[in-house]
Parts: sequence; structure tokens; C-alpha cells
Amino acid sequence: MNLKLIGGAAAAAVLAAVSTLAFAGTGAVADEFKWMTFAVFGAIIAVTMYITYWAARQTHSASEFYAAGRSVTGVQNGWAIAGDYLSAASFLGIAGLISLYGYDGFMYSVGWLVAYITVLLVIAEPCRNIGKYTLGDVLAFRNQPKASKTIAALSTITVSTFYLTAQMVGGGVLIKTLIGIDYAVSVTAVGILMLAYVVFGGMKATTWVQIVKAVLLVTASILLVMFVWAPYGFSLPGFLTAVTGDPKVQSQVAKLLGDAALNMTPEELGQRFLEPGLFLKNPIDQISLGMALVLGTAGMPHILMRFFTVPTAQDARKSVIWAMAIIGGFYVLTLFLGMGAAINVGSANIVALDKGGNMAAPLLAQFVGGGPESMLGNLFLAFVAAVAFATIVAVVAGLVLAAASAMAHDLYVGVVKGDHASPQEQVIAARVSSVVVGLLAIYVGIAAEGQNVAHLVALAFAVAASSNLPAVFLTLYWKKCNTYGIVAGMFVGAVTAIALVMISPNMTYPKAVISAAKKVLEGEPAQPAKEAVPAKAASSFMCELFALEGCVASSPAKAASPEKPAKPGAAEKLAKLGEKVAGMEAAKVAMTDPAAVKKADEDIAKVKKDITATEKAKAKAESDLKKFEGQTASMMGLEKPFFLLKNPGIISIPLGFLVVILLSLATRDKRSEEMWDELYVRQNTGIHAEGATAH
Amino acid sequence: MMRHEINWAAIDADPRFQALHAKKTHFLWSLMIISVVYYFLLPIGAAYFQDLFKVKVWGPVNIGILFALSEFIVAWTIAGVYAKRANREFDAMAQEIINDAHNIK
Repeated sequence: MNLKLIGGAAAAAVLAAVSTLAFAGTGAVADEFKWMTFAVFGAIIAVTMYITYWAARQTHSASEFYAAGRSVTGVQNGWAIAGDYLSAASFLGIAGLISLYGYDGFMYSVGWLVAYITVLLVIAEPCRNIGKYTLGDVLAFRNQPKASKTIAALSTITVSTFYLTAQMVGGGVLIKTLIGIDYAVSVTAVGILMLAYVVFGGMKATTWVQIVKAVLLVTASILLVMFVWAPYGFSLPGFLTAVTGDPKVQSQVAKLLGDAALNMTPEELGQRFLEPGLFLKNPIDQISLGMALVLGTAGMPHILMRFFTVPTAQDARKSVIWAMAIIGGFYVLTLFLGMGAAINVGSANIVALDKGGNMAAPLLAQFVGGGPESMLGNLFLAFVAAVAFATIVAVVAGLVLAAASAMAHDLYVGVVKGDHASPQEQVIAARVSSVVVGLLAIYVGIAAEGQNVAHLVALAFAVAASSNLPAVFLTLYWKKCNTYGIVAGMFVGAVTAIALVMISPNMTYPKAVISAAKKVLEGEPAQPAKEAVPAKAASSFMCELFALEGCVASSPAKAASPEKPAKPGAAEKLAKLGEKVAGMEAAKVAMTDPAAVKKADEDIAKVKKDITATEKAKAKAESDLKKFEGQTASMMGLEKPFFLLKNPGIISIPLGFLVVILLSLATRDKRSEEMWDELYVRQNTGIHAEGATAH
Repeated sequence: MMRHEINWAAIDADPRFQALHAKKTHFLWSLMIISVVYYFLLPIGAAYFQDLFKVKVWGPVNIGILFALSEFIVAWTIAGVYAKRANREFDAMAQEIINDAHNIK
């Protein structure tokens, strides 16, 4: 079949492109070991391509394309959900947060698991019982089909686009940092591979790619944790005693606390790493994020879609249980991965490669294998890099499939064709939409290079929680819910979440960037000693959320700080460091003792590292100044954030629910009322649920 | 499939379905509320009860760490409790209604 040839050719093209351009840059993997990375990459690509070839032979109908013929078992689906959900952000990001900030990073991971309680209790089984392929199908069951499919498709595409952009940009940066492949090449390679899986193998290939990835990820994590934890006899207090006693950890905490650390003993600093408050400062913002996670996961279209792949509601239940075991187990392991990286690699080395800490797990792998110079260390690093690559591809494939199904099944077949499309037409529409979405993802990924996209993941969850979840939840459980309610609620919920983020601290505010850049270039004046300041609450709850006129913003307690000398500007600092190196090198010439020479060399290397870092900071400050020269306002015309939280959930989620409820109460919709009995009986019993296709 | 044969309103009004609905609703809401409250205790505790979270109980292991770990245990337990009851009770009750669906008028 032609399709398969094209698939094979695409894979070959990706491999060729990747290997020719591979040596263009530098990454965490040294050049002489890169062949190993490519060998592992090649093996993973080969396996997934074989899966795609096998899946393509069984994918002919719309049900096979969107829902793998509903033939996935509960256990398989549980692994696939874990593979779909554990994106690079949670796999590398949370381990990184723990390695840099200790307790707060671990606390952050909890919400990602608790989210599945909502999925299990209120979403998975009813959706499986009444749905077909998409969120739109669930909503259209009792609401006006065309209106609900349109709004569901728009919301699905919005959520998927945010998440997809974050994944593409994050993936491109990650691959570049790990192995030095050019950013645009990485993004294109990820995109083409993912397209091959989705277009030819549909849901079946996507499912198995996700399963393979989840198994690799869990295996790699367990092995790493064994290596890290074994020296302490698998004792939790033993391991954590080593963490709190580690000088690297203590100096990281001292750095994070600044002046407050001056009166603390090393033991206190180490213990502080296991206490909250080093990273997450604003509790209201955390609650807002927690709401978005706990309610947003259940509204994520690519997660929802996974429940249509199993034969019955019982299998849907089983898949969530498995997913929770795998995802939760994985997050407990990240505690050891993150802390292990903090003591073995050290925050300084982690931050040197990636400021967000994403390199903690890969560097830990390299360390346990024997370090950067060793063969085994680099093989481990190669393996983790390949798992990260598989992770991105698998998550992106799931998202593209969700967006494409909204486009093809909801918009084209449901709205344009009024549900009268031939089976063949449906499959063609699905494949064409996948190609369109996939190419768009590659384009957006390349266009968004260098943008700060980290907040897009949180935004995707917030939109899903404020728009999709209220609509699905109330459609399933509230008799009076109707078409007008869900259309208005989804629109208002999504728009509010997006608008709040546009005026939040997530955006770039030129004034703040310029003043930070000036500090780097021109230095800071000396500061007199300050007395301790107690914590201050905001003047009202609204003032915690918005920068309103007459508000006193809340501020945490500040310890007394001694007088601080002036900090020099970058140019001055560089000149001083240059003199220092010259002086040290001159002194070295006179040395005869080999031990002293070695020590001098080490010291010189340290100062040189400092010089490189200062030069980097200077270059960044200069480019920032140039970029924002003359600008005073953000994209939205604001000088500083008006909405003070990073996460909009605390406002947009209740608002989404409220609008659905009010509009439903204010209007009448005959179909929504008439279909209630059938919906309620069917979602609870599974009578007439879409069955598995026979093979 | 002959959908017209099934009288959805009659099933909805059937005492067996009403019993299933009442049991399930009560059970699901209880579990949901427990899990949400327990989850939000973590950020609230970390922000407003730091002194409690800092108390060391097992070497360097403090209450904060144990509480965070307990979040995992509670989440798994709730999932387990739900699955057990659904597998044993709700599925059987639903099956009875399904078997009889065409006769409920």
C-alpha cells in the first residue's frame, strides 16, 4: 500500500535529517558519544514505525481511526493514559523543580495525580457510556447537536493548541539542550514522526506509542531510583539525612533565601530544603492552579478521548485505576530523582544547562552511569534523552488526534455534513484533518521559538476546567442544563481564562525587563541596613487578585538585612574578573609544587566559568534592552500586571459553572429536557453504548 | 438495535434504577468531597501552618513530607474504594436493569 511506503520514507527522511544536522551544535551529550544517542533514538523510531505499520493494516473505519475499534483493554489503556499524561513537563520538569526547590517541587506533583479522582468518579464511565469519539458527541447527546458540536470543537482546538505549542517548543528546546540538534530540525522531526503515527495508524498506533513510552519512562525511573537510593539501604530517613547534610543542597537553599539565610546553621539550611516555601510563594495562586488541575484534567480532550477506546465502562474504570497507580507511583519516584540529582549532580550544574531544572533527570542518569567521561554514563544519558524524545512525540500525537477529531468528526461530519457522511468520507476527513493540525503544530512550534510558553500548559488546564468541564459535568448530572447554558458557559469560561492570563504576570512587561537589564549592565547602588518587616495582608480579597486603585498588596515577612555594598555593572565585573585571572596565571608561573599548580588551575577554571556566565548575562541584558527599547507597555497595553495571579482558575472556573447554570435556568430547550431520561439511564447502565467493532 | 422499544422515562422511574441512582450519587459526592478537601489541605497547610509542617518526626522526615506522601495514599485508597464498590454493587444493580430494560414500561 502506498501509505506505508510514504510512512517509511518519512521515517527515513527524519533519520537522515536528524543525523546530518546532529553535529551542528553542542548539547549535554559529548560529540564522541552522540552515536549512542542516535542508536537508541533509531531503535525507538524503528519500533514505533513497526507499530504504525501494524496498526495501519487494521485501521479502515472511523471507529478504528478515532477509537482503535474500541478494542484496547483496561490495563493497556491505563498505560496509554499515563503515556499521554506524563509529558516532558512532568517527567523532566517536576524532577527539576524538586532538585532545585526541594519540598515545593514534590508538593506541586500531588495535584496532577489527585486530578484523576475527578476523572474516575464523574467523567470516565458516563462518557464511555454515552459518547462516541469526542467531547462534542457527549455534549450533543441531549443538547442541540450542531451548536454543541461547534462550541466543543472550538474549545477542543483551543485547549489542544495551547498544550501543543508548549509541547512543541519545550520539545525543540529539550532536544537541542540534550544533543545539540538544531531547534527547527527537532521540531520538524517530532512533527513528521507524530504525523506518521497519527495519519497512518490512527488511535491504535497512538495508543501503542504511548504504551511503549510509558513503559520506557517507568523503567528508566525505577532503575535510576534504585541506583540513587540503594547506597542508603532504601531507607527514607537515611536518604533524606544525606540530602539535608549535603553542602551543595545547603548552598542552594542559602542562595534561594538570600539575606534570611545569614543567621542559619548549615544543618538548618539543609533541613529547610524539606520544608515548604522555597518556590511556591502565593497560596491563592496555588489553590487556583490546583483547581485547574483537579477539574481541568477531566476536561482535557485528549484524555477524554482515551475512554472511547475501551469496550465497556468497566474497562474505562479499570484504565483510570491503572493510570492512577502508574502516574502516582511515578511522582513518588520523582521525589528520589529530584533529590538524588540535587545531591549527586548539584543545582549549579543543573542550572548551568537549563534554568528551569529540566536537565536534572538526564544529568542524574549520566552521573549514576559513571559521569560525563564514561561510556556507561553516556549510554544512560542517551537512554533518558531518547525517552524524553519518545515522550514528546507520544503526547503530541495524542493532542493532534484530539484536535483533528474535533475538526473532522465534530465540525466537518457533524456540522457541515449534518452527520450524513459516508464511512469512507469520514476516514478521509480524519486523515486530512490530522495532516492539517500536524503541519500547523510544526509551523507554530518553529514560529514560537524563544517565546516563553511554560504558562501555556497551565492555561490549557485552566481553559479545560473553565469551559469543557462545567459543560460536560452539568450535561451529565443536571436535569435543567441545556444548549444555551453550555454554549454561553463554555464561551465565557474559555474567554475569561485566556483574558486573565493576558493581563497576568505571565506576560512580558517591557518596563520590568528593561529595569532588570539595566541592573545587570549598570550595577546596583549600595543599600543601607533594613529592619525586619512583618508580613502584610492585602487590604481585601479582591486586592489579592487584582491591582485595583487604592489596594495595598500583600507582602511576605522580611527578615532584617545588613547593609549591602554596591554591585558593579557587568562591564566593570568582567574587567575585574579578567584582572583576577591574569593575576592568578602570573602567580601560577612561579609555582613549582604540582599540587599547587593543579589547585591554581582549578581556581582559574572557576573564575573563567564565572566570566562566561557574566558575559552571557551581559549579552542577554543587551539584547533585552534592544528588543524592548522605547516600549513601556505589554501586548495588552499594560505597564504592569492587572491580574496578580499566574493561574486564572479561581475566577474563570466558578464563572464557567455559573454561566451554564444561569443561562440554563433562564431559557427553555425542548431537546435537552426530552433527552434527559435517556441520557441519565444510559450513562448509568451502559444500555446501547457504542460497542466494539468485531475483527 | 431497536431503540424505540425502550421506555427511558419508565426505567428512570423504576425503583431499582432510583435505588442505584440514590446510592451512587451519595457515594460519589462523599468521595469527591473528601478527596478535594484533603487535597486542598496541602497547599493551605504549606502556606499557613508551616510550623506544623516543619516538625521532624522520623530523622529529617517532617510532617510536611509525610502529609504530601499521604496525599498519594489517600488518592489511591479513594480510587480503590470506589472501584471495589462499583465492581461489586453498582455493576450488579445496573446489570439487573439492563436485563429487564425491554420489559419496563
